[in-house]
Amino acid sequence: MENTIVIVDGVATATNDDPWNSVSLYNSSNLAAYEIISFVNWQEHLDSQPSQDPSKLGVSLQPDDDPAVLAPWISTLPLIVLEFPSFRDGRAYTQAALLRTRYGFKGDLRAVGDVLRDQLAAMRHCGFSSFNVRKDKSAADALKGLTGFDMIYARSVTNPEPLFRNRIL
Amino acid sequence: MYKYDQYDHALVQARVQQFRDQVERRLSGELSEEEFLPLRLQNGLYLQKQAYMLRVAIPYGTLSSNQLRTLSQIANKYDKNYGHFTTRQNIQFNWIKLEEVPDILQLLANNEMHAIQTSGNCVRNITTEAFAGVASDELIDPRPLAEILRQWSTVNPEFLYLPRKFKIAISSSEYDRAAVRSHDIGLYLYRDEYEEMRLKVMVGGGLGRTPILNQLVREDLPWQHLLTYVEAVLRVYNRYGRRDNKYKARIKILVKTLGVDAFSQEVEQEWEQIRDSFAELTLAEYQRVSANFTPPAYKKLDAIDLVCGSWMARDNAFSTWVQNNTRSHKVDGYVSVILSTKPGPYVPPGDVTNKQMSAVADLAEQFGFGEIRVTHEQNLVLPDIRKSDLYTLWKILDDLNLATPNIGLLTDVIVCPGGDYCSLASTRSLPVSREIQQRFDKLDFLHELGELSLNISGCVNACGHHHIGNIGILGVDKKGEEFFQITIGGVQGKNSAIGKVIGPAFKADEVPNAIDRLLSTYLDYREQEEPFIETVHRIGLLPFKERVYKSAVKESA
Ligand code: SF4
Repeated sequence: MENTIVIVDGVATATNDDPWNSVSLYNSSNLAAYEIISFVNWQEHLDSQPSQDPSKLGVSLQPDDDPAVLAPWISTLPLIVLEFPSFRDGRAYTQAALLRTRYGFKGDLRAVGDVLRDQLAAMRHCGFSSFNVRKDKSAADALKGLTGFDMIYARSVTNPEPLFRNRIL
Repeated sequence: MYKYDQYDHALVQARVQQFRDQVERRLSGELSEEEFLPLRLQNGLYLQKQAYMLRVAIPYGTLSSNQLRTLSQIANKYDKNYGHFTTRQNIQFNWIKLEEVPDILQLLANNEMHAIQTSGNCVRNITTEAFAGVASDELIDPRPLAEILRQWSTVNPEFLYLPRKFKIAISSSEYDRAAVRSHDIGLYLYRDEYEEMRLKVMVGGGLGRTPILNQLVREDLPWQHLLTYVEAVLRVYNRYGRRDNKYKARIKILVKTLGVDAFSQEVEQEWEQIRDSFAELTLAEYQRVSANFTPPAYKKLDAIDLVCGSWMARDNAFSTWVQNNTRSHKVDGYVSVILSTKPGPYVPPGDVTNKQMSAVADLAEQFGFGEIRVTHEQNLVLPDIRKSDLYTLWKILDDLNLATPNIGLLTDVIVCPGGDYCSLASTRSLPVSREIQQRFDKLDFLHELGELSLNISGCVNACGHHHIGNIGILGVDKKGEEFFQITIGGVQGKNSAIGKVIGPAFKADEVPNAIDRLLSTYLDYREQEEPFIETVHRIGLLPFKERVYKSAVKESA
């Protein structure tokens, strides 16, 4: 994916050669490593190619998918992609938080779609670790959305304890 | 008053910097209006008909004298010398320039205020009643939990892009003066038989085009679970609330569609998974926040003040004002004083000038403990006034045009800004309110009518809360012409009720006559001291309808 920000060991960088690819036309016999397929295709794929190693594929969820459906593969999946059809559609924030806290997803959690600088900090708080920035905006510029002050009161994926448990008076 | 600590300061200061940068990017064209819109909304900035409007949060309606002076300064320097207090205990400035907003926010931040989340599809300003901490019928001071909720909801990353706006109110007294039942989440705080603080959680209330009172989702919730429970509700809403139709996106529609039982089950299931997490509130936190709300140094006074009593006996106008515009206090010898922002037809309800603001700030220091409250009815309150000071204070307030003795009466109208300012309006609500205030300006008659709420909204969005006014007026547009629909029987408070439409809508100039007929029907039918609303409940709509429409026919015949 081009125009992408990845956070590795807490450091965010913009890159144009991230290895992952979205698959436009799904064909189960023809999948290479680093391809991303929808959850529906993922199920089909498991049925038709039970021997293929799932740890090489990424799965994308739509905003109305229940993240619980990925629970059986949560420890092997390297990448889960969540969609922002519009930056005002906040469902993926909850999906992300659930994938991290309830289902224990440890792999790369990626935001795609209408992904813009001013929402990145909130996304990171909810557990996203990479961001495919909207095409007409620059990922390098969007990086600024992840710098600077970032305190919140409530708990989040990044701060499992809310501020009130750590407030130093 | 809650005092900001280093964290609170750091957050609002950082927010100012962030928004300054966003405004610059907007002005340079780097951000499109579409991208800028949700960012400005989360900072309380609307684009209205003629200018930007900035809505500043007044958390649970509480201001210090210094904060009110800051608002006065903003009105003076950046606006046309006034501000408008809203039904959600906030203040709006109507004539703001985009490029000056960062400086205004800076001024606010320096005085422990902000405009964060006063609009947009996020959790809005937490409200409670104006007499929190001082009301004689209070069970528990709701302000500490309101502040805890304010912090929790501020920039909570999971809930910044909800399907629609989300309003939370909390109250803890015999009478609910916070319109709790018409909120997305309404909370009643009380003590159980073991003296433990508990919450009753009601979800899915809202006015707008589908007025619904919230429904009970959980009773007896221990206070430690406040945040986890609210989180569970919001999570269910964020996942399942409708996003395809803005008019069906409020949580009330979700609750209605699922049914309150199924909805509650979803919430409970979610809550079971998070209830015992780090988000559970601690006693230490409750005490830390509560320490900001310890009662001020009240004097030991007699419950009855002879000086005040003798002035009341001598001066009728003063006596009327005391009876109408003061409320009993939990401490002997003190009262809370309500300052009416509705002196008559020439001032839009809720509008207060910068001079009045700074004078009130001074009075709060001179006679009280430097604190001011904003009411749901768009008035101001000096919460801690000694009875012995009332006469002096009254004289000063009268000079400031803030002593109209009409609190709770017909002319204490709640009205939204309507078509004069608001770009969503279908009608101009202010002229209607003006006409009514003009028509019914005789104080004797108003007192004769007694307690009566009149609420006016300029369109179906119902910002004037017309559904819960004893008399409600809603402006509708019919083929380019303004019409006003009248409802009666609405009530706010614990026995909230949605008003019922009495019949076809009226043209603006017919409204005062229609109101007049409603009132005369009431006066004819009322038994003893029965307030308007009880007469409506006792005799029903029909007698009112008949009088209003029959005489209307006669007139035009
Ligand atoms: S009720 Fe309508 S006209 Fe009045 S303020 Fe709300 S949106 Fe504007």
